[in-house]
Amino acid sequence: MSEAVSSESSEVIEVDLRNQKVAALLAWLWPGGGHIYQRRYGKGVLFMTCILGTFFFGLALGGGHVVYASSWSDAGPGARPGGIKGLLSRWHFGCQACVGVPALPALVQRFRVSSGREPLFNKFMAPPSDPTPYDPQNGDDDLAVWNKQMGNAFELGTLYTVIAGLLNVLAIYDAYAGPFTAVPEEDEKKRKPQPEGT
Amino acid sequence: MPPILIGALIHSQLWYILPLLISICLVYGATRHELMGPILIHAARFGAWIAGFMAVLFVLLCLMSWNL
Repeated sequence: MSEAVSSESSEVIEVDLRNQKVAALLAWLWPGGGHIYQRRYGKGVLFMTCILGTFFFGLALGGGHVVYASSWSDAGPGARPGGIKGLLSRWHFGCQACVGVPALPALVQRFRVSSGREPLFNKFMAPPSDPTPYDPQNGDDDLAVWNKQMGNAFELGTLYTVIAGLLNVLAIYDAYAGPFTAVPEEDEKKRKPQPEGT
Repeated sequence: MPPILIGALIHSQLWYILPLLISICLVYGATRHELMGPILIHAARFGAWIAGFMAVLFVLLCLMSWNL
């Protein structure tokens, strides 16, 4: 069992962090999950509401297409969507994946597409189709179609989902180490046992 | 305020910043405190600071583009 100390305005609060690694893992898997495991229910609900609200609002703004792992077209010529270059080509997903389970369908869709299968659920979180060789009659350049249909909502949705992921990094840290506050010196002295004769 | 400006303000994309600002302030405040009271106070102060900073930038950009 680990403890963290949080200094509020007039008192020092000891926080039972339970198993920190488990809490951090749960906080990544589901925003607020780590805090609920630590019985910090208020903060758990707050993190869950704020982070998931931001994530799903962004996802809805972008029509369910702003969260995707990678595609052939993103990685450039000669790259494979299953390779590292393909995965890194969509850097936004690195941030979005910090939200945990809600972003993971994008990985499932990515592996389906890279193995030559059709994406599920009407291309929800699926990588855009490969537009090369470009054929304007075919209209298979998904990314261009999504941008045209949604305009700047696509960019806004991407921004919202990326920020939700980055906020969850803060929540994961909080679940692992407790609140990031400096304990006043007097309180710190009180907590430490004084050596004899002083 | 002229009606055209009110209409522009209502339909402005600046409103998209509002949920983001609230979310960021609350999460940041929650990483600094454990109790809900101090979290909300910190979030309100942080939100006011960000809004003020953005307002200053907004005015600066308006002034710089006055004669464009």
